[in-house]
Amino acid sequence: MGRALWRTLIAALYLFLLAPIIVVLIVSFDTSPYLVFPPTGFSFGSYRQVFSNEGFLNGFRVSLVVGAVVAVLATAIGTMASLALVRGRFRGRGAMNAVFLSPLLVPHVVLALSLLLLFSPLALTDTYLGLTLSHLGIAIPYTIRTVSASLATADTGCEEAARVLGAGPFTTFRRVTLPLIRPGLVAGLVTSFLISFDEAVISLFVAGNRVSPLPVQVLQYVQYRTDPQVAALSVYLILLSVLVVIVVERSLGLRRTLR
Amino acid sequence: MAAGTTERTGGRVALGLLLPGVLALVATYGLPLVWVLRMSLNEGRSGGAIQQTVTADSFAKVLGDGFYWKVIGSTVQLGVLVTVCAVVLSYPIALFLSQTTSRWRGVLVALAVAPLLTSSVARTYGWMVILGDQGVVNGTLRDLGLISGSVPLANNLTGVVIALTEIFMPYAVLAMLSGFGRLSGELEHAAASLGANRWRVFWRVTLPLSLPGVLTAALLVFVLAISAYVTPALIGGGRVFVLATEIYDEATVQLNWPVAAALSVLLLVLFSTIVLVYQRANRALEAQSGRPS
Repeated sequence: MGRALWRTLIAALYLFLLAPIIVVLIVSFDTSPYLVFPPTGFSFGSYRQVFSNEGFLNGFRVSLVVGAVVAVLATAIGTMASLALVRGRFRGRGAMNAVFLSPLLVPHVVLALSLLLLFSPLALTDTYLGLTLSHLGIAIPYTIRTVSASLATADTGCEEAARVLGAGPFTTFRRVTLPLIRPGLVAGLVTSFLISFDEAVISLFVAGNRVSPLPVQVLQYVQYRTDPQVAALSVYLILLSVLVVIVVERSLGLRRTLR
Repeated sequence: MAAGTTERTGGRVALGLLLPGVLALVATYGLPLVWVLRMSLNEGRSGGAIQQTVTADSFAKVLGDGFYWKVIGSTVQLGVLVTVCAVVLSYPIALFLSQTTSRWRGVLVALAVAPLLTSSVARTYGWMVILGDQGVVNGTLRDLGLISGSVPLANNLTGVVIALTEIFMPYAVLAMLSGFGRLSGELEHAAASLGANRWRVFWRVTLPLSLPGVLTAALLVFVLAISAYVTPALIGGGRVFVLATEIYDEATVQLNWPVAAALSVLLLVLFSTIVLVYQRANRALEAQSGRPS
């Protein structure tokens, strides 16, 4: 009896946890122009309309470009820093580690305001450069974490063997270390892309009318309208992240990357 | 000899490797934060003009105004309510996941953290559909004939608490799961075989062992909740005033940057206080569990 009760409780909690996603899925097929429940009809209309919504399309393009650039830069910078932090022997290594993780301790809304105040006199608001810079700071701690974890578990014996056999430091890095930490690199790329792609608050402060990423477009749309288009768009985005996870899982194994 | 050269150049190479990262962090995080601290000491004039000076005017304005105290109060209230709800609701899930031997465990863990892969804007939208006056809950209650009007679940603090609880639960589950490492099941077995009933095992063994994980989850949810913007703005419908929404309002609508900066500094102070309290509590907990009882 107690066991059945326990199972029911767990099932109910899972239902609560997944409720908004389930509801978004149901509403996305609705035909009514405003928000009602239960749905009044069934169609794929909203899924088509998303593709004629200029705001969403432009936002998607901006998010894709910024996310890709942020992913590459954050992973490159994070890899260099990780090499120094994990393999290097210098004083103040622990302090450096703490410095690199400290952005995680600042609320995004505070960072968002700070960036707006700094970027505004520099004319960096509402530009690709400003948006990319603003996402870079929050992505780097994550890439350092994923790459450092990979580096820490990679066998240094192979690197030493390569050096003993006459390979220079760059060759050793390119031919030995890089393949060894590939899972960490891919995890860093994916994580930093998703962080940038999903960042709403910092983008809201730093973006303007010209360069406006998808989360900001959706946020502003939802504030005034609640038709099923946003639901359909959300389903697309969920499918996109599921796809990314499956690709990562297939190529590397999720357990190794999500550690 | 080769080792000596590596030692000497090692430091310089390490510095070179760290340089891009340090520069990026200074530009995107260090400098802006210094800037906002400086801005909080300026004087805001009407129409968005800023008088460069060093004054505590903005802080005096904020702390001398009953409205801002209410904003600070509801921010803390929101943080506490969401933390309690998220921790209480996540605990059974985390406990279940750490104890289950089902072959579906992987899938169940993935399902519990799956919401993290969904944009928080999309999930907030989902909650608007559920909690709105024409939403799932009110529609169902009306169809059942239980109510004639609608239960106010949106455009108020209740709705924001419900939505934020769900939005932060995956973080709480993850934090608890990694903190439940010491729950091996052996101690529970030992206690049960020594005659403790199930409740006694839970109260005397499982719960104390899981407290560090619970504490970490609580800290994480609290700091996320007091700085959340999207959900209070959307589900609050402009009627829930917390520090995050107020910072946005002062910065983009009122155009009083010194006051926005002062509010940010207050949020940072609140944030740091909680982290310090957590560290204290964590140390106390460790000292306690280290002592043989």
